Amino acid sequence: MLIGVLKESRPGETRVAATPATVAQLRKLGYDVVVEPGAGAAATFDDAAYAEGGAQVGPVNDADILLGVNAPSPAQLDAAKPGATVVAILSPALDPALVEDLARRPLTALAMDAVPRISRAQSMDVLSSMANIAGYRAVVEAAHEFGRFFTGQVTAAGKVPPAKVLVVGAGVAGLAAIGAAGSLGAIVRATDPRPEVADQVRSLGGDYLSIESPEVEVSATGYAKEMSADYQAREAALYAEQAADVDIIITTALIPGRPAPRIITAEMVASMTPGSVIVDMAAANGGNVEGSVPGERVVTDNGVIILGYTDLPGRLPAQASQLYGTNLVNLLRLMTPEKDGRLVVDLDDVVVRGITVVHDGALTWPPPPVQVSATPAAQPEPAAAAAPAVRPGLTRRGKVVLGVLGGALLFALTSVAPAQLQQNLVVFALAIVVGFYVIGNVHHALHTPLMSVTNAISGIIVVGALLQIGHDDPVITALAFVAILIASINVFGGFAVTRRMLAMFSRS
Amino acid sequence: MSLAATVTDPLVLAAAATGDASRVATAANAAYLVAALLFILALAGLSKHETARAGVTYGIGGMAIALTATIVLAVDGDISATGLGLLIAATVVGAAIGLQRARVVEMTGMPELIALLHSFVGLAAVLVGWNGYLDVEADLDGAYARSLDAAGLLGIHSGEVFVGVFIGAVTFTGSIVAFLKLSARIDTNPLVLPGKNVLNLGALVAFVGLTAWFVVEPQLWLLIVVTILALALGWHLVASIGGGDMPVVVSMLNSYSGWAAAAAGFLLNNNLLIITGALVGASGAYLSYIMCKAMNRSFISVIAGGFGIEAGPSDDTDYGDHQEVTAEGVADLLTNASSVIITPGYGMAVAQAQHGVAELTRHLRERGVDVRFGIHPVAGRLPGHMNVLLAEAKVPYDIVLELDEINDDFASTDVVLVIGANDTVNPAATDDPSSPIAGMPVLTVWESKKVIVFKRSMASGYAGVQNPLFFRENSAMLFGDARERVEDILRAI
Repeated sequence: MLIGVLKESRPGETRVAATPATVAQLRKLGYDVVVEPGAGAAATFDDAAYAEGGAQVGPVNDADILLGVNAPSPAQLDAAKPGATVVAILSPALDPALVEDLARRPLTALAMDAVPRISRAQSMDVLSSMANIAGYRAVVEAAHEFGRFFTGQVTAAGKVPPAKVLVVGAGVAGLAAIGAAGSLGAIVRATDPRPEVADQVRSLGGDYLSIESPEVEVSATGYAKEMSADYQAREAALYAEQAADVDIIITTALIPGRPAPRIITAEMVASMTPGSVIVDMAAANGGNVEGSVPGERVVTDNGVIILGYTDLPGRLPAQASQLYGTNLVNLLRLMTPEKDGRLVVDLDDVVVRGITVVHDGALTWPPPPVQVSATPAAQPEPAAAAAPAVRPGLTRRGKVVLGVLGGALLFALTSVAPAQLQQNLVVFALAIVVGFYVIGNVHHALHTPLMSVTNAISGIIVVGALLQIGHDDPVITALAFVAILIASINVFGGFAVTRRMLAMFSRS
Repeated sequence: MSLAATVTDPLVLAAAATGDASRVATAANAAYLVAALLFILALAGLSKHETARAGVTYGIGGMAIALTATIVLAVDGDISATGLGLLIAATVVGAAIGLQRARVVEMTGMPELIALLHSFVGLAAVLVGWNGYLDVEADLDGAYARSLDAAGLLGIHSGEVFVGVFIGAVTFTGSIVAFLKLSARIDTNPLVLPGKNVLNLGALVAFVGLTAWFVVEPQLWLLIVVTILALALGWHLVASIGGGDMPVVVSMLNSYSGWAAAAAGFLLNNNLLIITGALVGASGAYLSYIMCKAMNRSFISVIAGGFGIEAGPSDDTDYGDHQEVTAEGVADLLTNASSVIITPGYGMAVAQAQHGVAELTRHLRERGVDVRFGIHPVAGRLPGHMNVLLAEAKVPYDIVLELDEINDDFASTDVVLVIGANDTVNPAATDDPSSPIAGMPVLTVWESKKVIVFKRSMASGYAGVQNPLFFRENSAMLFGDARERVEDILRAI
């Protein structure tokens, strides 16, 4: 089959759906590739490079599969061959008009941004790969606008305080931003309604600000969801306090298929010091910040800069194209099981089903929900997960009762025993206690030597046999002979092997 | 006359003999006390690296004192020349075999050797018990039997014979089965007989009943029946435990062998045997307890046996695809890493890869890479099995850490090498409450940046549970024999 790589029709788009490197990988799957002239120009891939990667350069009208970054324009769709498969970021949940348009055509449409968040599909998750780039770029844009160092310095000319960065939402973009801002030297704080991301935030060097709330947020889809009024009030108080303190805010809060939540209000923006920078990464979907304009740089009355850029991934076009192209290659690898250049749309596969918006002209959107767990540890009810972790021990009362019973039994037994047995029992009981305490803090590495030495020591049973040998009764002597022999193996073998083992332990 | 020589009780000796004999017995008892204290010091010494070697020396000293005292006691009694000859012959032959085995055993074969040695203690306990019967109950008109009867101890003696034989026999066959399973001479899957708990319990009840009968009426056939019963019980107890639980089984049998020695001590009224047996029994029980905690198993059900019922491959969930990596790729990762943790498992022992791993560790440390080892408490088939292997390969022990010491460090680690471990690094234990290994503490290797899993194939581990770790995004598989792969990496570095 022939794969056509579209030249993006959306103004300002710099990315391209295939790079020379991914073209080579597509060809390995058995496909032929044709690239529209100039498709990769904005991403620094010229037509000659594609030709070197094994692609033809020319019109894509005959292609069976059309790869794009954004949804193809109506003109591009009109030109497509009937029965073709279109793969791009279609945003079907946000753009019903496009979905209707696609459904009218004899096409199959796959939305790369609808890949379910299951581990298996990670390698084709464009939202993650693009968000990673966007998060990094958001910090770079903020640093560019911010008229100060990120890192704190003490110099001969005075002390420079470090910048304080607040990242709202610790998803992929948020985490990338935390890492990038932290590596520039800033103090980074992050918020997220999902408490389980706290460790991820800390792992990148950020402080996790938790919103004290009885509501524990665990989302079945792996994304954050909208929260209750009480929670929002606490959240607002936290942001109001932080806004007055930090220099840079990067908001990444998105809820799929819904307008972005309004998190930073005009009052909060007004409370920030002049020169502060806000990057609203959700601007395209309505914005987390009051006053942000999609695609624009806005300066407020009090000198706060609000960046509403919607093309952050496209600002690193070569890399964004490479990652997006690799996502596409991974998807096509999944859908080309025979590696023979034939695309198989297997609607029983949850990944394929999830992204299929239109199948052979029939509308298949929305797909049935896929229960995925982005938060493996916390996904099942916490009680159920915790229960097997610790075996239910005895209750305190149960222990007391058991102890008293045991003591009484021991007393009853010993009190009726003859004097000689009593003595033996005393020795026995004391030796058990000594044994427990002596072993109590054994180093784990010495378990095996300890076991082999106790093994040797329990060969002491030879003492019994030694006293029985030489008996008049030949049977007794014979049995004792065997007992001595095997017990001696134990004694000598046990000690020797322990010494051999211990000789190996050395400290560096 | 000669019967008195088998008696170690100073009271009885004093009654039966005079002068020298009683003085020798007293001296022997004093020697036993010293030996018992030395044994305690030996165990105490073995709980720390610094004192471990001194501990072994104490143990050897204690044993030498105990044996010398006993031989003197035997000689002083009325041992025949033939008897003495046999005694020396048995000791020499046994010592030669033991030393030879200790010298040639591979460190990977330690579990088998230790299980075999346990069985010897069990068998010796059975033989000593039988001799106790032949000496006293089979000869009720003999001097010793009469003196016991006069002191009202005959019934107790009979009971002690039974207890000693019973524990000894259970230890004997149990250890034999453990040995066979560990050396893969029999199927390691748990044997599941219908109503196995009833069988075990029934055997115990039968034992109590037979003991009561024997105390009243010491018949030879009763002793034979109880011996067979105990042999069968020991076999069944361990046969119904799966191979994956062998570390617990080995330390449990260690404990049983101690109790067998203690029972023999009661039988012979010998405090040294009682003390030593109780020490070994208690320490083995405590070790088993540590193991059980590490595997989240109930201690009681371990002692009762047959606890290792494992589900088969639980489901055919689609975990997705695994990634593969080449030895060169791993070499690249390692040389660029600043911190590496190696988590070995039984697979490393099987492949004899510990020397290559140690070599790799040395190389990386010379390059300034922080290399450490994370050892799961039940890695391998024996408590501390991995530590012994690594020590054999001269890995310094202060970079070998246990689960609790290292688990928090995975998140800040660049590369984790999982070498032949599977269940001990299975995230299902923490993530999946329905998993057969749910709740077992595991090494959280997946928190690190990159996990390389050395494995022969995608087959599941000993617990028969699939491991989602292999399909994680930050995991990559390096297939093949662990030793060859490690050598490939060494060449590439």
